[in-house]
Amino acid sequence: MIRFESVTITYPDAERPVLRDVDLAIPEGELVLVIGRTGAGKSTLLKAVNGLVPHFTGGTLTGRVSVDGRDTRTHPPRELADVVGYVGQDPLAGFVTDTVEEELAYAMESLGVSPAVMRRRVEDILDSLGLTPFRDRSLATLSAGQQQRVAIGSVMTAGARVLVLDEPTSALDPPAAEDVLAALTRLVHDLGITVVAAEHRLERVIHYADRVLQVGDDGRVRDSTPNVAMHDSPVAPPVVELGRLVRWQPLPLSVRDARRAASTLRDQLSSMARPGGTPTRTGESVVSVRALEARYDDVVALRRIDLDVRPGEIVALMGRNGAGKSTLLAHLVGLNKPHAGQVRVAGHDPFRRSSAELNRDVALVPQEPADLFYTDTVAGEIAADGTGDRARFLLDRLAPGIDGTTHPRDLSEGQRLALALAIVMAAEPPVLLLDEPTRGLDYPGKARLVDLLRDLATAGTAVILATHDVELAAEVSNRTVVLADGEVVADGPTRDVVTASPAFAPQIAKILAPLPWLTVAQVRASLAASAS
Amino acid sequence: MSSRERTNRQLHPGAWWAWSLALGATATRTTNPLVLLLLMAAAGFTVSARRSPVGTRSFGFFVRLGLFVLAFRLVFETVFGAERSGNVLVHLPEVPLPTWAGGLHLGGAVTAQGMLAATYGGLQLAALLVCVGSANALASPRRLLRAVPGALYEAGVAVTVAMSFAPQLVTAAVRVRRARRLRGRSATGVRSWVGIALPVLEDALERSIELAAAMDARGFGRRGTASPGRRRLVAGSVVTGLVAVAVATYELLDATSPTIVGLPLLVSGTAIACAAVFFGGRDVARTKYRPDQWQAVEWLVVVAGLAPLAGVMLAGRLQPGSLHPTTYPLAVPALPWPAVLGIVLALIPAWFGTPQLPAAQAIAVRPARVAEPAKVGR
Repeated sequence: MIRFESVTITYPDAERPVLRDVDLAIPEGELVLVIGRTGAGKSTLLKAVNGLVPHFTGGTLTGRVSVDGRDTRTHPPRELADVVGYVGQDPLAGFVTDTVEEELAYAMESLGVSPAVMRRRVEDILDSLGLTPFRDRSLATLSAGQQQRVAIGSVMTAGARVLVLDEPTSALDPPAAEDVLAALTRLVHDLGITVVAAEHRLERVIHYADRVLQVGDDGRVRDSTPNVAMHDSPVAPPVVELGRLVRWQPLPLSVRDARRAASTLRDQLSSMARPGGTPTRTGESVVSVRALEARYDDVVALRRIDLDVRPGEIVALMGRNGAGKSTLLAHLVGLNKPHAGQVRVAGHDPFRRSSAELNRDVALVPQEPADLFYTDTVAGEIAADGTGDRARFLLDRLAPGIDGTTHPRDLSEGQRLALALAIVMAAEPPVLLLDEPTRGLDYPGKARLVDLLRDLATAGTAVILATHDVELAAEVSNRTVVLADGEVVADGPTRDVVTASPAFAPQIAKILAPLPWLTVAQVRASLAASAS
Repeated sequence: MSSRERTNRQLHPGAWWAWSLALGATATRTTNPLVLLLLMAAAGFTVSARRSPVGTRSFGFFVRLGLFVLAFRLVFETVFGAERSGNVLVHLPEVPLPTWAGGLHLGGAVTAQGMLAATYGGLQLAALLVCVGSANALASPRRLLRAVPGALYEAGVAVTVAMSFAPQLVTAAVRVRRARRLRGRSATGVRSWVGIALPVLEDALERSIELAAAMDARGFGRRGTASPGRRRLVAGSVVTGLVAVAVATYELLDATSPTIVGLPLLVSGTAIACAAVFFGGRDVARTKYRPDQWQAVEWLVVVAGLAPLAGVMLAGRLQPGSLHPTTYPLAVPALPWPAVLGIVLALIPAWFGTPQLPAAQAIAVRPARVAEPAKVGR
């Protein structure tokens, strides 16, 4: 269905090609997963499938890419629209119309499909993606998971046989991600659609994949089965890490397989000392929220929230999209005025602090780290606040080797996060807030973030991170707060909270339940301790 | 929710726009405050009768804009009043201006006549704005663009994208300003806006490029069957026809110019544009999903919209002077009955026009979800 013949892609002004000598043949009906480090060229590979690279992005492509026999050299993306459907990272940015039904019909209108056929296909797709209840809704009012499903549907209606998806579940909470993946697998199994998807969150998708394309840092692509790829891939989900640690053969990819293989491990661990929970912190709380209520017009976003965070605590703030996580963070940095109740951060009301004072009390890395940047070089950003030395030190620690003359917008997602974090933490505020920090971060990048957050906490910084990433929460936080519909529904040690609900349980906890090990690192430590 | 919408078809957006614009055209032909107030009331009643939450909000914006224009006109009259004779209401200190200022006054006497004339003029502008606002509220401009014929499709898309660009710019600006506060920069004052201009524009540009890529990937702009020369001919004829129509409309609405030029120009311009659109449309390979239908009801809406215009023209014949009540001497404006009758007829669509959104969805649509970046908890 898709053929790459010795394809090399080089962007203008780049020293070396993003992709080098790629030879691929993807048959019909496969679910192909594209993995690789941040910035390795996964998106380039995806966009080359329907010709967006190089027709839209510039750069030179040597070799030949063809889909269903059509060469992308002679067929620009619009001439491939009836074969290949492409869904970008942010579905909302790619929507052309207002409402669900019109969006689903848009591509067919461009292709000149007859009205009767259009009508039938829209109804089919509404059913198969579970969108019927929202057919008249405005796209902006849908949740992120629903938007992703509409985006997938809108390319499916055009009759696409190939579906190309860039990070389809990265921005979604676990249940919404499950919905999208269920829809995708149904398309693959029922209709024989070929799916090519890039995804950082391997723990969510690896067990659905038929094969894996690994994009190396040198631009070469390795084509293998998931089992083979996971043996030595630098990016791997916790279940694979555990399998490698215990040397399971064959390597399990899903929680189910791992759980079946884990009975001896569970026996072994049950006789060992439980992993030490982090000691409860004492001391004056540095963040104190009392009966906080927040509203947008007449919609209540937060109801009577109480929260105390002490120095050195790392609190994971979890909950569905729209549960009020970002709203709570906005109140902690004084961006929103409380409707009722009281907020104290480092002893002050953040809403009444001036911008300069606030900067010494609390730091927030927003969902879009790039919003913080306003100069045109990395060095300029670092120097802008007068705390350049400290910022440079933090940046080198998080993402070593960033050239000071680079434009902040040319950085990869992970590098942007590192720069934003370095800038806001340079003033050494006692409280650090992060909003969804792992979007677009690969496993090594995540590991560096975890190390830095631990160091900051040891030095007495209170950290609150809003996240969907249960693995990160299990790894780094010692306390978890779950919000639902604007209320705190759970607040306690991470170990107790995440094991109590399957939606928030990390993979290791699911494999080893009812034992209280949450991460591969904990298992490794326990095994090492018993061996010595 | 959807069952109601299926049985009760939405009216063609073109019908509502014609209705509203005809009301607006009526407003341009009179300064009679009673007629103007009745016109605004009719527009407001129809909008509220069709209860669409989004539409009602945008209508509110136009009403506020109209009030602002009226207030501005009155303030202007107070300060630079041209009407110096008549019943003096209050004496302001006068600033003498040199003769090259062309007889402009600053301060001085404020007369009842001057203020009244300014009120009438301001009301006329406000009524025009309210009518445009009602068009916006009754059928979203995006829905109207869906009804654009194939030959004009590209232009329609350009307008759609431009319309989505402005709100995106606002969203991005709010987001970046909030982020500035996080870096210890002041988020108030003119300077804070200057600093964010570049990042905001970069952000909006990036989004536009992303949208363009998405549209291309979904088949926008696939080659039609027509040759480039033919396409250019069609586009040229459409523009020529539309310009002719615009000029003719101006001639017709400007009561002082002879209507003998306007009418033939209107007819021929419409004919050229329609022919070009018809022949151009045959070359385009696009199809339309569930196109809005134009049936008898739509004609009725258009006719109802034209009724006040006819009424005002009739009033001009039967009761000359009633459309432009004199302010010198002061007089209570008369209420011309043909105009009132026309406005009453214009209210008919408020009853049979189906609600744009059923009540259930009216609740589901949350206000201003997009404009508040911090609360979208992704």
